[in-house]
Amino acid sequence: MSEVVVTHHDDHHDHGPAKGLARWLFTTNHKDIGTLYLWFSFLMFLIGGCMALVIRTELFQPGLQFVTPEFFNQMTTNHGLIMVFGAIMPAFVGLANWLVPMMIGAPDMALPRMNNLSFWILPFAFGMMISTLFMEGGGPNFGWTFYAPLSTTYAPDSVTFFIFAVHLMGASSIMGAINIIATILNMRAPGMTLMRMPLFVWTWLITAYLLLAVMPVLAGVVTMMLFDIHFGTSFFSAAGGGDPVLFQHIFWFFGHPEVYIMILPAFGIVSQIIPTFARKPLFGYDSMVYAVASIAFLSFIVWAHHMFTVGMPLAGQLFFMYSTMLIAVPTGVKVFNWVATMWRGSMTFETPMLFSIAFVILFTIGGFSGLMLSIAPADYQYHDTYFVVAHFHYVLVPGALFSIMAAVYYWLPKWCGNMYDESMGRLHFWLSFIGVNVTFFPQHFSGLAGMPRRIPDYALQFADFNMLSSIGAFIFGFSQILFLYIVIKAITSGKKATDRVWEGAHGLEWTLPSPAPYHSFTHPPKVSEAEAHS
Amino acid sequence: MSTPLQQPQKHGRLALKLVLMVVGMFGFGFALVPLYDVICDITGIGGRTGGQYTYDPASMQRDGSRLVKVNFITNTNEGMPWEFWSETGGTRVHPGDVKQVNFYVTNTTDRRMIGQAIPSVVPPTAAQYFHKTECFCFNSQVLEPGETMEMPMRFIVDPDLPRNVQSISLSYALFDITSFAAKDDDQGNPNG
Repeated sequence: MSEVVVTHHDDHHDHGPAKGLARWLFTTNHKDIGTLYLWFSFLMFLIGGCMALVIRTELFQPGLQFVTPEFFNQMTTNHGLIMVFGAIMPAFVGLANWLVPMMIGAPDMALPRMNNLSFWILPFAFGMMISTLFMEGGGPNFGWTFYAPLSTTYAPDSVTFFIFAVHLMGASSIMGAINIIATILNMRAPGMTLMRMPLFVWTWLITAYLLLAVMPVLAGVVTMMLFDIHFGTSFFSAAGGGDPVLFQHIFWFFGHPEVYIMILPAFGIVSQIIPTFARKPLFGYDSMVYAVASIAFLSFIVWAHHMFTVGMPLAGQLFFMYSTMLIAVPTGVKVFNWVATMWRGSMTFETPMLFSIAFVILFTIGGFSGLMLSIAPADYQYHDTYFVVAHFHYVLVPGALFSIMAAVYYWLPKWCGNMYDESMGRLHFWLSFIGVNVTFFPQHFSGLAGMPRRIPDYALQFADFNMLSSIGAFIFGFSQILFLYIVIKAITSGKKATDRVWEGAHGLEWTLPSPAPYHSFTHPPKVSEAEAHS
Repeated sequence: MSTPLQQPQKHGRLALKLVLMVVGMFGFGFALVPLYDVICDITGIGGRTGGQYTYDPASMQRDGSRLVKVNFITNTNEGMPWEFWSETGGTRVHPGDVKQVNFYVTNTTDRRMIGQAIPSVVPPTAAQYFHKTECFCFNSQVLEPGETMEMPMRFIVDPDLPRNVQSISLSYALFDITSFAAKDDDQGNPNG
């Protein structure tokens, strides 16, 4: 093994990528795999987005117009699963693949062949899951949280395919996480100490540990479902001595850290972009790191705030209520630091900065509705209403998704060597910003007024808010075609980008030429404090 | 840092540790199942009652100063065609007294079926003070077509029951476990 590595290292004459399809099938290059992840997640984003538009079309007016309630349930379920596991998570892994080695001065990921495997599992997992929609009895229809017994006793026959698809997604995430940890811990260039790492690297290191801690629990819970369905066990069946509430505990033990898996890398991205366009170093770097670590720790002890209404003892409700509210403290530290970074900065408002500022504002709105939901007695009113839908879409769409778009605009010139069209980028931002708010803001009100989530029809008093929501959803959905056009145009015919790209950019990736060469940092750079991060 | 020769070994060792963490967390997911049962049994979360209660009659202090209302609720789960009722909807007992109540089931179908009753106590804080010395819920019931069975249940309300609890509701949900029991038989068969 070591022999092979030595020979490989010796004849390392910057050979470029292989030609044709084989390049993408067999690649072990972190940049290629990052690109694959990003395009895959964009495809999933479009598929999941089409499902969202089916939902919004049906909800445009009260009454059943376009789809059956059964199909509607499959749409809500698959929209959730695809956006969580297919769009947001792979996009962050793709960004980590592209950026982590360049940011810490490493030549590639630590385990390149495993990197290839962890990507190529994904198309099969999602192919299998989406294929269930065309099977007799339909695909998963029990909500993305797949509560037992909906997902066991009352599930369609295709649930077994869903279970194995989740197993594959879990395996992919776990391999990706191991790779990222090994890269960050073992392959930093000399001088790149832990407390000099860019915030994006820090947040991904912590996210990777969260993934390792909870993806196996998800694998465990779907395995228990598999056993209940096919092998006569009774993990979640009261008749055989099990308990359906146990499912919710195990699921949310996974599920709550999972929602931080989808937001911590976003914190990292925004912490890279805001200092660049405020032309000031990040305010409170150390406190940012500690805040992320505390949020990650707290995520393990708050899971039951998703299930206040199952009949928990008072002591349990109080514990989960207060520990949930505690999360607002480190999150508040982060929001304060972003604002303080912009304070008296020489700000300019290029597209990545617009998305980042929108992230700070709209994520904070999502955080506040989360605080409202954490109040156990109030949650009895909000539980399972559109208020919850508005809350988590505010943290996931203008939260996680906006950060991914900001990252694409910010680093695209480094990836492909060309600038995107700035005025088109701003147009995309404003369409998305307006679309998102028109879609999700009214849902707060319909939720507080009592509209339940996951229903294909609703009472007449919710008609106006729902029509508004649907109009917003179509504006947001179709403006993503503009995003695709802008990215393709930049790749094929954008004007040449400089190496540093942005006047205020700091960090090792900006010391490389644009586009970044196929092999970078084959000889580790010496890293100084000033150049380590922004 | 290190020479290229050492890198793969370093990665391997770290990856191994991380894989062990993954295996451990997979196990932890399954460990949550018995852990949940233990926590529920100790705290009575979900209104779970314990198994058969044994005690020394001489040491049981009768509390004649108060009466506790005990209500009985019988339900059949979805798809369970049996009829299920108790001789009384409720009774009053002094804590420390043994009381017997009869429950009845009738198999209204024309096939042999197996039922299992699952108890639950409200308020959940009372669950650990509600002791059953005999209960049909400790076993499953096998009924021939049309058969009716009388099922006694004997209980004691613990004298330590907090004084603010004046009423306890005991609910039974009756499940059809015919198909489960058939699978258990299959597994008992060495050829199965």
